[in-house]
Amino acid sequence: MAQSEITQADSQSPLMAWAMRGGIGWVLSILPLSLTLYFASLLPTITSGTVLRVSYTWIPSLGVDFAFIVDGLSLTFVLLVLGIGTLVVLYAGGYMAGDRQIGRFYLYLFLFMGAMVGLVLADNLITLFVFWELTSISSYLLIGYKHAYYSSRSSALQALLITGAGGLALLAGLVLLGIAAETQTISELGSRHELIVNSGLYAPILILVLIGAFTKSAQFPFQFWLPGAMAAPTPVSAYLHSATMVKAGVFLLARLNPALGDTPAWQITLTVFGAITMALGAYLAVSQTDLKRILAFTTVSSLGTLVMLIGIGGEHGIVAMMVFLIVHSLYKGCLFMVAGNIDHETGSRDVSILSGLRREMPITFGAAALAALSMAGLPPLLGFVGKELIYESTLDARFAAAAVTTVAVASNILMIVAAGMVAVRPFLPTGTTRHSTPRHPHEPPISMWLGPAVLATLSAVFGLFVVQVMQPIVTQGAAAILGEAVEVKLKLLPTSITGYFLLSVLTIALGIVSYLYARPALMQAGKATRGALEDGFVNGFTDLVNNTQAFARWITRALQSGYLRRYVLITIGAVVSVASAALLTRADLSAIRLFDTPLFLWETATILVILAGVALVLRARSRLTAIAGLGTVGFGITLIFFFFGAPDLVMTQFSVETLSVLLFILILYRLPIFTTISHRYSRLRDGIVAGLAGLLMTMITLLTIAGEELKPLTPFYAEASYVEARGRNVVNVILVDFRGIDTMGEITVLGIASLGIYLLLTLRLAPADGQAEAEDSTGKEQL
Amino acid sequence: MKRRPASVIFATGARYILPLMLLFAFFILLRGHNEPGGGFIGGLVVACGFALFALAYSVADARQILRVDPIQLIGWGLLLALLSGLLSLLLGLPFMTGLWPDFAIPAIGKVGTPTIFDVAVFLVVIGVVLNVVFSLAES
Amino acid sequence: METLLAIVIGVLYAAGLYLMMRRSIVKLVLGLGLIGHAANLLIFVTGRVQRGSSAVIPPDQTVLVAPFPDPVPQALILTAIVIGFGTQAFALVLLKRAYQAVKTDDMDAMNTTDR
Repeated sequence: MAQSEITQADSQSPLMAWAMRGGIGWVLSILPLSLTLYFASLLPTITSGTVLRVSYTWIPSLGVDFAFIVDGLSLTFVLLVLGIGTLVVLYAGGYMAGDRQIGRFYLYLFLFMGAMVGLVLADNLITLFVFWELTSISSYLLIGYKHAYYSSRSSALQALLITGAGGLALLAGLVLLGIAAETQTISELGSRHELIVNSGLYAPILILVLIGAFTKSAQFPFQFWLPGAMAAPTPVSAYLHSATMVKAGVFLLARLNPALGDTPAWQITLTVFGAITMALGAYLAVSQTDLKRILAFTTVSSLGTLVMLIGIGGEHGIVAMMVFLIVHSLYKGCLFMVAGNIDHETGSRDVSILSGLRREMPITFGAAALAALSMAGLPPLLGFVGKELIYESTLDARFAAAAVTTVAVASNILMIVAAGMVAVRPFLPTGTTRHSTPRHPHEPPISMWLGPAVLATLSAVFGLFVVQVMQPIVTQGAAAILGEAVEVKLKLLPTSITGYFLLSVLTIALGIVSYLYARPALMQAGKATRGALEDGFVNGFTDLVNNTQAFARWITRALQSGYLRRYVLITIGAVVSVASAALLTRADLSAIRLFDTPLFLWETATILVILAGVALVLRARSRLTAIAGLGTVGFGITLIFFFFGAPDLVMTQFSVETLSVLLFILILYRLPIFTTISHRYSRLRDGIVAGLAGLLMTMITLLTIAGEELKPLTPFYAEASYVEARGRNVVNVILVDFRGIDTMGEITVLGIASLGIYLLLTLRLAPADGQAEAEDSTGKEQL
Repeated sequence: MKRRPASVIFATGARYILPLMLLFAFFILLRGHNEPGGGFIGGLVVACGFALFALAYSVADARQILRVDPIQLIGWGLLLALLSGLLSLLLGLPFMTGLWPDFAIPAIGKVGTPTIFDVAVFLVVIGVVLNVVFSLAES
Repeated sequence: METLLAIVIGVLYAAGLYLMMRRSIVKLVLGLGLIGHAANLLIFVTGRVQRGSSAVIPPDQTVLVAPFPDPVPQALILTAIVIGFGTQAFALVLLKRAYQAVKTDDMDAMNTTDR
């Protein structure tokens, strides 16, 4: 209660009020902006073909370095991550205005941004993995940001489970890769391609790494988590699910292409799974009505395209992938923010009721239109260049070129339809009467339209100046992915009529026709198959999780009964059976010599006394008898120490035994007498298990005595005790000198135990009996 | 807080035995490096003596004779143990390297850092045991 | 002789474990005490026993003269005895407080928070 009062007081201060109105976004965007500018300043260096590396020793014994690399690939990604990050930070300030937890939100967002930058810059397999996991964790926090909603929590968990499981597979894959390549440095892997492919570990490495990449980048059959993650606040979707996190899998494949690529297995797997994802995503996108879900499925489709292009490989495939990566990041980031603006201003994301927003939100509409044109692949936007390159590479694919091209054309037609649904339909007036939205729309504040406007403008500028802006960095990026220098010539418009140009024209024509006439049919088809293609995966996953939990509950119930004696029984039973099996199969029982040294009268008598003491403890009806029995055992053991040359132990055990008996009497005096409460059967069972455990210990003792004497330390102490440590009592010298640090730890433990006892005794327990009820409320507050 | 002793013989015995036990404990502590004995044992003997006294008279009486709160003894002991180990760091030697001066103190003999450490153990053990016994008997 | 000691170790372990499987918390603490003794004896015996003498260097020598009892297990046991006392005292006090709180020494009546 007190905490919320403080928050309220804070929010009334002018600074806090300003921050919560969105001002904080402007301030915080300075950080990613300056980093963007810094990395942009590296562009001339990198585009001239230089590669920058920096490395710190981290875990030298494992060959793990904190190593980073800036080349064409990582610089492209860093600029996307930080550049779009700047706009998203700004955008979130406006979008989240009024949110009391805005500080927490930015914390997660910057955590994610840092992880992503580290991931794309990493030049060591383990460094890469650490940042990879950090992106999974921070995106879990971001997706689940609205934690008061069940849907938000469950989709965050779903995303975490899938990307986390993929992360485990990836770790195994990267470790194997490090073993096969005999290095953990990523930039050295390319030169060991032959070694890796022929190592015999190639198949497991490939499978594990692909699981990691496919889960992260939402490839079939893991595509379902990405639309689920739309529960996140829109700035998060605009950032994570367009330009950054979901592209991490694509980045990984691109980064490892020199090491793992160029084999039939790599090409076929990536092409097939990429193409399936591309088609499935596009098909499901056009049957959605929620703006964000449309965008989510088109993202799935685009990620499929990227993976497919890496699979097709070669210069064409990789250049197309690099260009399309930038194309997609720009228009998708923009469109997500547009969707956020519409949602924010109208209170609805349902395309079936939104229309005619053009007039109220002109700037948002302008940005959306440009982005949608890029998505549809119309000149002179960058998207057109991307589409041309995609067709060029699919026509050029080394296998199934016709099939892959057909799938690509079909997907692109659907993408045009989706682009229209997102950017045209809500803004232009439709023939039907206008539905009223929950809120009356108007243009959002500048912080919310600046981001989409900048990204949309860049889509146009990069398209118009494709040679000047794009060509240098794409050249270096492709070189990094291919592992060799390439010469790339980009152009906005083809100079001659080529096959892929005709395909582009065909795609655009069919796309527009489909948008105008085939939408109801597509919607119908999508709804009919939704059960299998959309919900099927989600339900399958939910069942898997539920069954796993049910199994875990069953195991827990079977083992964790809440009765200590049952735990002891299970533990001892398990130990006895495993150890006995080892004893009977491995040990040489014939080595035991039962009658080795003669029996002395006093020793034998002492042993009998100890056994009598044990019997006394076991049979005791009263506590005092039991204590007496325990004391008998203790003093008997003192005598054993006495007979066998351990005077220090005699004195210690004697005093401790005296004090123990005193303590037992002080405490147990007030407790009730023993009653037989257990069943005869359970006593028999416990007795058998305990007896077997005792027998086992006897056998182990006898076997150890019969075995060879191994005392590597004793001669050293025997010789060094006086000469080096100036003490004649070797036991004491060990305690206070040779192993002094152990003793210091031990007396510290003793001190802590004693303090614990003191606190237990002075602590006032909350009353547990009848009189407690009256004081219940106060008692609880004290706890 | 004074209560009548449990038995006159026991009480009188305890009163005379306590100083003897303390003397014996110091003897055991100091000879521990060369003969059986040491801080653990000496501490236990001292604790036994005071526990006996507490039984014969009362915990309050025993606390009064001890003068120091057992919990403080634990703290001082641990501090002393740490200091005895830190001493060697001043000479550039590893932590807890045993240092022995060349001269001997009359009636005690040479006192090196391990001896100081043993005294620290002695204090901690007294503190731990008496803290338990006293607070239990009081509750 | 060692055979007899080995049997004592087995009996102590068996009795200690049996007591730990009882419902009374007092028997649990008694069982822990017996197992502590058993463990100390186990270390002592597996380090080989040696009658008479002690691990003390005679005044006219600078090293231990064989035969001598092994000082290493003795040092281990010495600390184990004292630590054992500490944990046993802690267990006893915990037992006392638990008994004051729930007014029973039957562990079946104490495990409601465990399920």
